[in-house]
Amino acid sequence: MSDPAMPAARARRSLLKTDPGTSRRNAAERRFRAYGAAAVVVAMAALAALMFTVFRDGASAFVQARATIPVVIAADVVDPDGNRDPAEMAGVLTMSYGRLLDQALTREIERRNIQVEGLTQRDITGFLSAQARADLRRAVLADPALVGQEIEWRMMTSSRVDGMLKGRVTRDTAARDAKTSVAQYDLAMALRDQGVVRAGFNWRFITAPDGSDSRPESAGLGVAILGSLYMMLIVLVLALPIGVAASIWLEEFAPKNRLTDVIEVNISNLAAVPSIVFGILGLAAFINFVGLPRSAPIVGGLVLTLMTLPTIIIATRAALKAVPPSIRDAALGVGASRMQTVFHHVLPLAMPGILTGTILGLAQALGETAPLMLIGMVAFVSTYPSAPPQGLLDPASALPVQIYNWTQRADPAFFERASGAIIVLLAFLLAMNLIAIWLRRKFERRW
Amino acid sequence: MSLMKILASGLALLAVSATGAAARAQIQLAGSSTVLPYATIAAEAFADNTDFPAPVVEGGGSGAGIKQFCAGTGPRTIDIASSSRPITRAELASCHANGVARVIELRIGYDGIVFASGMGGPDFALTPQDIHRALAAQVIVDGQLVANPAVSWAEVNPALPARQIAVFVPGTKHGTREVFEEKVMAAGCEISGTRAALAAAEGQDAARAACVALRTDGRAVDIDGDYTETLARVDSNPDGIGVFGLSFYENNTSRLRVAPIDGVVPTVASVASGEYPVSRPLFLYVKADHFETIPGLREFAGFFALDAIAGPGGPLADYGLVPDPQLAEAQAAVAAEKIMGGN
Repeated sequence: MSDPAMPAARARRSLLKTDPGTSRRNAAERRFRAYGAAAVVVAMAALAALMFTVFRDGASAFVQARATIPVVIAADVVDPDGNRDPAEMAGVLTMSYGRLLDQALTREIERRNIQVEGLTQRDITGFLSAQARADLRRAVLADPALVGQEIEWRMMTSSRVDGMLKGRVTRDTAARDAKTSVAQYDLAMALRDQGVVRAGFNWRFITAPDGSDSRPESAGLGVAILGSLYMMLIVLVLALPIGVAASIWLEEFAPKNRLTDVIEVNISNLAAVPSIVFGILGLAAFINFVGLPRSAPIVGGLVLTLMTLPTIIIATRAALKAVPPSIRDAALGVGASRMQTVFHHVLPLAMPGILTGTILGLAQALGETAPLMLIGMVAFVSTYPSAPPQGLLDPASALPVQIYNWTQRADPAFFERASGAIIVLLAFLLAMNLIAIWLRRKFERRW
Repeated sequence: MSLMKILASGLALLAVSATGAAARAQIQLAGSSTVLPYATIAAEAFADNTDFPAPVVEGGGSGAGIKQFCAGTGPRTIDIASSSRPITRAELASCHANGVARVIELRIGYDGIVFASGMGGPDFALTPQDIHRALAAQVIVDGQLVANPAVSWAEVNPALPARQIAVFVPGTKHGTREVFEEKVMAAGCEISGTRAALAAAEGQDAARAACVALRTDGRAVDIDGDYTETLARVDSNPDGIGVFGLSFYENNTSRLRVAPIDGVVPTVASVASGEYPVSRPLFLYVKADHFETIPGLREFAGFFALDAIAGPGGPLADYGLVPDPQLAEAQAAVAAEKIMGGN
């Protein structure tokens, strides 16, 4: 204050003119904002590119080409003994039903007077999905009265023909493709023009079980969605109560000492453990030691519970900490016990935070593949698990596992399916995040 | 309070589930990723044609599958291991040591290994000598053993196009790699005389390993992922040549240009006739100890070996399996419960 130079230095400055120091500072501020905005733009561009490619490749998985043709269920093929006994007729394999479908398609081509040059028997057989034979056999065994009749039968076409209607397979690629031919392409186009083959919405993609490598057209997400649902159920039922109980004790009751410090550090460490480690633990503990079956959602659920617990505990503790001490003091002050304080006042106020943390933990668990690999859930499962509780022990797959499996398969049609499955998984994650946001908005309180 | 109820019901649910853990309705199969597609196709057809549920099929590799298979008996262990190589003596011994006494071996067919470039790539006609000369770590130049100097195919063989050498080979955990080493690298080594030179310099055992050692200067790239990764690499590199399974190639002929080996183009027919040199047998190992406890296991083993499934014209051959001409042996092995290793 007593320095005589100070007022003199100040006198040279004007409020109306920015001196070099200020303009440098302002420039730095502008630059910083630009960096921030650029970071957001980069992140959004990456997200947009990802979304664009996933939707471009996967949207067509929700559409499926189907053919509707009259099929004669020839009695001499499906019931050679003529007794109409389903037990006897079960001896006729799907390959014979395939011949019925081939004949039906050939007749339909003649009836509609479609001329295609170079059409071979292989093109006809490869036109319809192998799933159609299995479906027809099942329908005939269920209703032997169909034998000898002509029925209008709607069935899926093979993945190559499906690709032709969607534009994935062109006349050029068909010429080079060993699994199809130009003649089959021309036939598909002719039948489309006559309205025999039509592309429509594909519910089977969401509800049907997985198809084998030779039947991409029949592959669906039904078993995977059920498996993921069962696992999320187990995670919710186990991780939420255990996580909340652990957090309440740590936050409200535990003494501050060495032991609780060690526990706290370990919980934070557990949250950072790679998920594959939990898979190894699951194999050793739940399958080899407890004796639970392989590929079962219960083991997957238990493994994911262990993985999600630290996330839930950390979120719950943060939510409990955010409740102001005055609430606790007031409750204790009017004579509530500590348990009453927690359950009547603290916990309800912390609930939105707890639920948000739980849902985000579940969403993370929903997207996990690595820990499921070791417990046999990365598998081809084409039978639905039954209803819980027995269904928890039946083999099932999971959504991310299905995506992983499909990207590994050779048939290019599975690439489309994998992208379609990503869309379904993203839809589930989006729904869960929206619920989390909604809960927070609805119940959140500010002090 | 409701929290306690949720916790209690959760634990009750767990307890109920654990008690039902004894029996198992589905057959479990794991192993070779080459056999994986055939196993899924057979599993699906089995469910289509019988009242049994479809078996659960896992990949993981031949070695991993056999290891799980040999871990013991009971519902917690798998019933069938698939493999793209025969089970080794040591593996079978560990099976027997763990109580897996009755193992039935089924050879279900053959798989070819093909060399293919992307659609933009040039036409190659290769021989094992060319491939060995291009990819081996050590080759003979002017009578001297030196580190492989070749950078383009034309240097290897003037008849080949003057393109950079870039070959994507399956990593060492793949069964395909073993066949590639044995049928291509070792064969090329032998024919070109490198083997003899190596043996003279380093002894027989070292020569065997040195013959199949790939160069590590980035011209031979190990692909540890699956064939879809190799396809992506070949797609993006016009000079690249990938090593694929025949069935993968058969499903992607519109994107791959295949190279004949010794003048033979790989097809199901040329592999079956033995004309195409690079092929290997595919096996199933069935745990006969489980025949009485796992419903449908005996039926599935028999079904897999049926002519209508694994034979010519069946769904597996349609997908790219090379049918085994001696399929009847596999059928007989299931029918007679032909146990491996004597008894």
